[in-house]
Amino acid sequence: MEHTNTALQGAAYRIRRYALRMGEVQGQGYVGQALGMADILAVAYRHAMQYRPDQPEWEGRDRFLLSHGHYAIALYAALFEAGILPEEELETYGSDDSRLPMSGMATYTPGMEMSGGSLGQGLTIAVGMALGLRQKANPAFVYNSMSDGELDEGATWEAAMSAAHYRLGNLITLVDINNQQADGPSGKILGFEPLADKWTAFGWFVQRANGNDLDAVVAAFDAARAHPLPQPRVILFDTLMGSGVPFLEQRDKNHFIRVEADEWQQAIALLDSQHAPATHPAGEKP
Amino acid sequence: MNTATAKPRLTTSAMIASIASEGQRTRSAPFGTALVELARDRPDIVGMSADLAKYTDLHLFAQAYPERFFQMGMAEQLLMGAAGGMAKEGFTPFITTYAVFASRRAYDFIHQVIAEENLNVKIACALPGLTTGYGPSHQATEDIAIFRGVPGLTIVDPCDALDTEQAVAAMAAHQGPVYMRLLRGKVPLVLDEYDYSFELGKAKLLRDGREVLVISSGIMTMRALEVAEVLRADKIGVAVLHTPTIKPLDEETIVREARRSGRLVVVAENHSVVGGLGEAVAGALLRAGVAPPFRQVALPDAFLDAGALPTLHDRYGISTEAMAASIKSWLR
Repeated sequence: MEHTNTALQGAAYRIRRYALRMGEVQGQGYVGQALGMADILAVAYRHAMQYRPDQPEWEGRDRFLLSHGHYAIALYAALFEAGILPEEELETYGSDDSRLPMSGMATYTPGMEMSGGSLGQGLTIAVGMALGLRQKANPAFVYNSMSDGELDEGATWEAAMSAAHYRLGNLITLVDINNQQADGPSGKILGFEPLADKWTAFGWFVQRANGNDLDAVVAAFDAARAHPLPQPRVILFDTLMGSGVPFLEQRDKNHFIRVEADEWQQAIALLDSQHAPATHPAGEKP
Repeated sequence: MNTATAKPRLTTSAMIASIASEGQRTRSAPFGTALVELARDRPDIVGMSADLAKYTDLHLFAQAYPERFFQMGMAEQLLMGAAGGMAKEGFTPFITTYAVFASRRAYDFIHQVIAEENLNVKIACALPGLTTGYGPSHQATEDIAIFRGVPGLTIVDPCDALDTEQAVAAMAAHQGPVYMRLLRGKVPLVLDEYDYSFELGKAKLLRDGREVLVISSGIMTMRALEVAEVLRADKIGVAVLHTPTIKPLDEETIVREARRSGRLVVVAENHSVVGGLGEAVAGALLRAGVAPPFRQVALPDAFLDAGALPTLHDRYGISTEAMAASIKSWLR
């Protein structure tokens, strides 16, 4: 199906490109995850969420929690795209005294709502924020972005029960299912299927979608926000690590995709060649 | 066995039994009562518990402000994470569970979610140290050792009902996370007989004495005051420096008192000898170049027995009688 939204295509392309450029700066990074999640982040920051780029702590903003702190490179890319972070800071990624540490921390970065990295904490925080927003009669949504590996953590399910108990219709969880954990394929580490059934049984409104199909991602976000019943919502996104860069998509799947020094520019060139020049960000260095 | 001459065997009291001794003056639920009072003018204060509101006196808050109370279920990690989320939205959560569960089960959530962002969460935990006879599952003998390592986390160990009431207000006025060892139910009332008020971060000299300086926190201050009376009969003067804030520690006052020459310094705490007030004081004194004779009245580095509290307090040396005997032996 042809994408109807070229603006979102452009956003996803730029998020991928920012991530690759940060990867090149550092010579490493969870770029496979960032490429896999780029479409989801493009829809979150260019379609679904309310925020003010110049006022990251605006009370009316939708909250986006990056529970999987090692995906920071992906969120920084989205924050550049959203205009919350200035693009010039890209060059500082992962270096001393940067506001962009390798693992996301709220105390370092505007737009980073939590200090992630100790996996399985985001959804517990999201429950508290959603309760707090309801208490204040603030209609904002809380998005908790998490990895499939975080499904292993018990606290995730404590929070899942609580969100349903409190009928938190203002809470939307995004699970990135790339089937890769530190020690191997998620299904072999601690099997979590049938995953949709689990969330349904926990009382959530559940959707499963291809996280690298922009139309499907938009439809899932729209349905999650519009769902009429007072219950928490989860979108299970199946994603492909390295998505958008064919030689990285095909690389032996690993939690930490290895990229050689000369491959960053190749990857960026490939990305650029697939993307129409018309949406190339103006004035950006090649 | 000659049962006629055997010492009567005490039985383990209910888990939530009062630590007050027979005939002691008490006040009921000082934490819950003070919080209800305080929250009247503080709409930002919310209460949260992990299925232990009734056992931590937080049920009083839940009854007074049902719309501001959040039951999180028997899920301590969730409790800490959600309290952090609440604080991020501008609320001041007072949250309760038992000290064992906060320190052992939910530590990472306190460290990462609450402390790292300096969130305004007040963690009040019952059954500190050896205040239940239910054995190691419920005896938080190392909670202070665990929490002292968390940067920016204030740690409070009140002595009695008055201390607890005043600590609640001080905690609410303080911006940042606080861990309080909670005394619940009928709580002894002792400090109203002294010229005393709770100040966060301050140690206060409750009485002076020439031979011994006891530096203490929590219920051991109450014991130290009793010991001081007992030893007065033996013409032994015991000073009691109450140190309800374990972190940040009032090192200035502690060093000043310990520097006064000739006195045996005894640190008394309802906590393991490892990593608590005793070692905190020892470190402060060494750093200041002050080296008085130094002893600890504290729980052993061991998994403690189950049983009746009076039996256990005697066994482990933190009863008034056992502490008085220890100090006399150290002075010999």
